[in-house]
Amino acid sequence: MFALEQAESPEKLRRIAIEPVTRVEGHGKVTILLDEDNKIHQVRLHIVEFRGFEAFIEGRPYWEVPVTVQRLCGICPVSHLLAATKAMDLIAGYGALTPTAEKLRRLLHYGQIVQSHALHFFYLSAPDLLLGFDSEAGKRNIVGIASAFPDLARQGVLTRKFGQEIIRHISGKRIHGTGVIPGGMNKALVLGERDALRGDIDAVIEWSLEAVGMIGRLHETEPEFYGRFGESRANMMGLVNEDGDLDFYHGGLRARDADGAGIFDHADYAAYGSLLQEDIKPWSYMKFPHIRTLGAELGWYRVGPLARIQICDRLTTPLAEAERQKFIAFNGGAPAHGALLFHWARMIEMLHAAELARALLEDPDILGTDLMADKGPRREEAVGVIEAPRGTLFHHYRVGADDLVSYCNLIVSTTNNNQAMNESIRKVATQFLTGHEITEGLLNHIEVAIRAYDPCLSCATHAIGQMPLQVELIDAGGALVSRGRKGF
Amino acid sequence: MTELLFNIDDLPVPFKPGQTILEAAKAAGVFVPHLCHHPRLKPHGGCKLCTVVVNGRTQSACTYKVAAGQEVDIDTPELNAMRRSLVQLLFIEGNHFCPTCEKTGACELQALGYEYEMLSPHFAEFYPADREVDASHPDVLIDRNRCIMCERCVRASRDIDGKNVFGIAGRGGKATLAINSPTGKLADSDFAVTDSAAHICPVGAILVKRNGFATPIGERAYDAHPISDSVNVCEIAEEAK
Repeated sequence: MFALEQAESPEKLRRIAIEPVTRVEGHGKVTILLDEDNKIHQVRLHIVEFRGFEAFIEGRPYWEVPVTVQRLCGICPVSHLLAATKAMDLIAGYGALTPTAEKLRRLLHYGQIVQSHALHFFYLSAPDLLLGFDSEAGKRNIVGIASAFPDLARQGVLTRKFGQEIIRHISGKRIHGTGVIPGGMNKALVLGERDALRGDIDAVIEWSLEAVGMIGRLHETEPEFYGRFGESRANMMGLVNEDGDLDFYHGGLRARDADGAGIFDHADYAAYGSLLQEDIKPWSYMKFPHIRTLGAELGWYRVGPLARIQICDRLTTPLAEAERQKFIAFNGGAPAHGALLFHWARMIEMLHAAELARALLEDPDILGTDLMADKGPRREEAVGVIEAPRGTLFHHYRVGADDLVSYCNLIVSTTNNNQAMNESIRKVATQFLTGHEITEGLLNHIEVAIRAYDPCLSCATHAIGQMPLQVELIDAGGALVSRGRKGF
Repeated sequence: MTELLFNIDDLPVPFKPGQTILEAAKAAGVFVPHLCHHPRLKPHGGCKLCTVVVNGRTQSACTYKVAAGQEVDIDTPELNAMRRSLVQLLFIEGNHFCPTCEKTGACELQALGYEYEMLSPHFAEFYPADREVDASHPDVLIDRNRCIMCERCVRASRDIDGKNVFGIAGRGGKATLAINSPTGKLADSDFAVTDSAAHICPVGAILVKRNGFATPIGERAYDAHPISDSVNVCEIAEEAK
């Protein structure tokens, strides 16, 4: 049991619920139990919706699965499309992808990282970071950003659009397209499409660089506050290539502890079941994975930008690697674990993905028409893993001789961060809420910590700004003291 | 020889003796919606999408013969509203989940949903739980969730392939596509992927395996043009396969 996970006598405490958590993907709630002196006794991030994709994939033909599972998410469906198809490449018996097919998949993935990171930073988190955690709630949104920082908002919108345009040209639609099929791709990139993307890429790289600089300068203003907000020292995990470089599309699993010491390296992700274990808790539909050899108490870990850029040896693009070195130097050379550092890391990754996209747009192979790999014997079981914008994403399938899926296990990026998110909000509650009169601004601090992880709580999308929020203050006797509501 | 004429939506249209309204309309370039009809099969009159008004009375255009001077209404608000309702009923009666169906973009039912501006199922969904998927055959998948009982496959197997692999068993809401084999499984029939019946389904109920999503978005049968742009509906969909 973790500190602040379970209060000794919850029936004697008052309860504050933040439901739903806003400006995140999906639906979740936070409950906080306090005593009469406002001392925090329990904090939990609950995922209260149930999707059940793993169950209803069973019995469906394998070639349909990538297109089905991408419907898990409206923000980064490409992640699920790619992870599932990587597994189905093997199930269907295909060998190595053609150079053009792999490069198109990578370009698609980099486009997705750009649009997803831009969405998160400019639309979802910039209102907190630039307007203030406890600024006027009605203006703490993208409209408020557009009013106060019109150039920044424009750059954010256009950066995201660029990523979406990559996705549209390759998959046929900005969201929930196809393009990627077992064995390769169903469509080549044509010259006009390539040139349209090439025309915009330099500006996107420039804007990404500016965004990295902006978040770095923000940290310089108050290093202690921004560096330690929601800090939770965690193990870290992600994919690296054979050279130890960060690879968003393919590689081996690397895990390091909170000080940067190795736990495992270049591990075959197909053996994830021997590396990781998933636990369940009665108060959340989201599982709690941990590194098996370390156990649940010590083995929980963090994935996503903050983990990735700190466990890799290098980013392969020059601008992003230079920014990564600045990030590491700013934090004293040792792994840093403050929740708000996610934003800085995320912008470095957006820059990296944009640079990678530029290199591919200049590669002649990207216009090739040899799209399908050679086919060999079928397999019954396979695992596909990629680094989704939010972290390591696992898709594991078994397919019968009749071509129907008989087993499916998904560990989505946010699930990997479940314990880490809980630890971060417990830290914030301890840092900022305990002993204070609870205000909307203070409660937003909890949400700020959750948003830093860019969680996809249900892998579904909602209309930003339209999510209702209700906060209730209930006294020790269970009576309602006050209630704040918005958006109903 | 005097040209034989009848009227479609108040415009004179030529026809040949023996033609059905659907055939004559098609020859004149007039779109008549249909699902169960296929030019290689005998008229069936099952889906009722081709219902038209002939001299004031509703008739199936795929079975009703043209006569000189007939007044035929095809494209009227009342008939189109009825067609929308028929399409909605077909959707709610099965388990049609277009976003992940490999037939999306080339599905005649879906295309007619767009044609008649179907914005919602309107009627309460049946969500039938007993629509079995038969993946036993090495080359062809049967997904009964999407079957609309149009009997194209039944007739194609019987009348073109000479095999009689398919039939409709049960009645009403319990009706289902049955396989003529000792086990009821497709693998135990004499069905082959080269059969006409393997390529004639208007929806995603009979699919050649391992082909899904090979056609890019933008190049599927009804991506660029609505179904009503072509009178050769079935041929368009089959060419795209």
